[in-house]
Amino acid sequence: MSVNTHDLLVTAHELRARVGSEFHQNLVEAIYTDAAMIADRSVHRSGAAKRFDLDRTIDTIVTSKIFGFPLMILLFTLVFWITISGANVPSAWLASVLIGKIHPMLKALSSQIGLVWWLDGLLIDGMYLATAWVVSVMLPPMAIFFPLFTLLEDFGYLPRVAFNMDNIFKKSGAHGKQSLSMMMGFGCNAAGVVATRIIDSPRERLIAILTNNFALCNGRWPTQILIASLFIGALAPAHLAGMVSALAVVGMAMLGVGLTFATNWWLSRTVLRGEVSTFSLELPPYRPPRVWQTIYTSLIDRTISVLWRALVFAVPAGAVIWLVSNIQISGISLAGHIVNFLDPLAVLMGLNGIILLAYIVAIPANEIVIPTVLMLTALLTGATHVGAGAGVMFELESGAATLALLKSGGWTLLTAVNLMLFSLVHNPCSTTIYTIYKETGSKRWTALATLMPVAMGFTLTFLVAQIWRLLAGVGG
Amino acid sequence: MDNNTKLPLISDDGCATCPAHHAANLKKLGVDMENFDYVVALAGNPNVGKSTVFNALTGLRQHTGNWPGKTVSRAEGGFSYRDANYKLVDLPGAYSLLATSVDEEVARNFILFGQPDVTLVVVDASRLERNLNLVLQILEITDRVVVCLNLMDEAERHGLEVDDRRLARDLGVPVVPASARYGRGLEELLAAVHEVATGAIKGKPYRIQSEPPEFKKAVKELEEMVTKVFPDLPNARWLALRLLDGDEDMINAVQSGEINSLAQGMLEGSV
Repeated sequence: MSVNTHDLLVTAHELRARVGSEFHQNLVEAIYTDAAMIADRSVHRSGAAKRFDLDRTIDTIVTSKIFGFPLMILLFTLVFWITISGANVPSAWLASVLIGKIHPMLKALSSQIGLVWWLDGLLIDGMYLATAWVVSVMLPPMAIFFPLFTLLEDFGYLPRVAFNMDNIFKKSGAHGKQSLSMMMGFGCNAAGVVATRIIDSPRERLIAILTNNFALCNGRWPTQILIASLFIGALAPAHLAGMVSALAVVGMAMLGVGLTFATNWWLSRTVLRGEVSTFSLELPPYRPPRVWQTIYTSLIDRTISVLWRALVFAVPAGAVIWLVSNIQISGISLAGHIVNFLDPLAVLMGLNGIILLAYIVAIPANEIVIPTVLMLTALLTGATHVGAGAGVMFELESGAATLALLKSGGWTLLTAVNLMLFSLVHNPCSTTIYTIYKETGSKRWTALATLMPVAMGFTLTFLVAQIWRLLAGVGG
Repeated sequence: MDNNTKLPLISDDGCATCPAHHAANLKKLGVDMENFDYVVALAGNPNVGKSTVFNALTGLRQHTGNWPGKTVSRAEGGFSYRDANYKLVDLPGAYSLLATSVDEEVARNFILFGQPDVTLVVVDASRLERNLNLVLQILEITDRVVVCLNLMDEAERHGLEVDDRRLARDLGVPVVPASARYGRGLEELLAAVHEVATGAIKGKPYRIQSEPPEFKKAVKELEEMVTKVFPDLPNARWLALRLLDGDEDMINAVQSGEINSLAQGMLEGSV
């Protein structure tokens, strides 16, 4: 070799000095000039370009300073309202089949073949019922919510939401693209955490990871929707109940967004200080969604995969619940001991020991909080007329029966509101925690991401409970 | 074949290139990655439908969405066509290869170091000018390129007519009009990819030419030197451009000898 790499680099350096600092500028300009020339030769415009104007008109409305936010809230309320009012009937039907018909059949079968009582309990009253409950409660809302959400996404609305919120994100000291990872978080926090990869700056990416949990994920929607329809919808006249419940759920989701901003602000002024980086967000063209294909793929991909995950965790959780309810220590079940231990703390938070225990059981999957709460309430208040005995997860036939059961367990409107709050603000599920660990590679940040929301949840529910009691004039 | 689907630069050997004849040849392999013959990189600006093309070709269902930056990591899949097995790598969307963001770096490194047999560039037919910026940069790196002129339906709705044959002649590589969402143009796309992969078509890629004379002289001088140092390097001019631009990555690659192994085709799939 007559010339070596060293000579090459030296020459490059000298030439660089000769052509000057404008090289990069010249290169970019040359590329643009050539691209424009080639495009010009092969593109012909025919007729009036109406679609461009339509796109722009839609954009000026949905991203307007006046209409942007109200429209956004209206649209999401509509989506939840359709979900809430549409899911009731199929949910009740699934429950009547899976729990009303198949469960007694399984019980009869097991007594016929003479299964030992504890195996019968563990398998049928624990595992099967947990599974059946998750399917009947989660499948219908997901099958409605996911396709609707995917349609909005395909149409191109979500980037407009990001555009609307970009400024607030920047003001809170975070990256504007965090609005996109937050959007993903509304589906699944683990997916939202992965989506933060679109943020280049490590500081801003960490902020986005730490706050993604405040985006209400689909494991928590059913809890919010159920409690809102039982306690808050019930406050309104019957014909408005669905809309009021939907608004309560949207309110919770908005509170989550608010907490995201507040936490961003706090993090970017304490542990994660730094400059806000700028970026350009391209608003994609509106595209008519392919309705049937979208419904099909979102049913097959999202709904089934989320449901599968819920089931994988519900089966062992069902077994655990049955066990803690049936193992007795000095005359009281293990569950009873734990609930009694948790009760004093829980009451301060406006909750009860059962709810806290349910949150411990449900660390792997938020989806099973409500079944666990119902089952434990029935067991510990001695409401033996509902359900089929200790540790059985059941679907109560109507909302009224569920409400009656919860009220017999000492539930008030405060309990309901604080359960919704705690559902929004508590530790991420174990899958998300693991994902955070994989993405950050740090035990410290993972611990902060896990413990910070728990601490915030305790504080928030505590404050609400104290103020509520003060205003209502009722003691603890 | 009607005018819309006629492929430029493809040798016409009658029945064998007729799309209907090959419909059966397309066997979707999903993620079965054993024993592939060719690697195809899928590049393009954000939100032009790369993931849709990826899904249509592989039969996988990567989630697609109408927003830029949806694909955050590299996805891989496979398909087979005319007795050859292809590995398809979906790169993150990028506006350029001048590597100012991680996405661009991933895309650039894969095209350069991964040495795909074909780089399939998906462009938005309704935003051709902006999309061509990326195409021109890719053409500086490799001549094994197929351009998929996607979203033709959208361009039509916008009242735009894109002359794909003119474009193919200007760019010097095959250009295939398509609407991947509706499955239009995919057969022709596969045929073009196959022809480039097997070497039946040799591209004569367009070179950027609007630079100032001083600039051109410097590039030419350095390019000659690059050719002397790395005689087997297929994209000497591109390396010269990057070195003159002070691209640290490329300077390091020259120093460490990584470029050398690239020239000898030793490096495969390392990103």
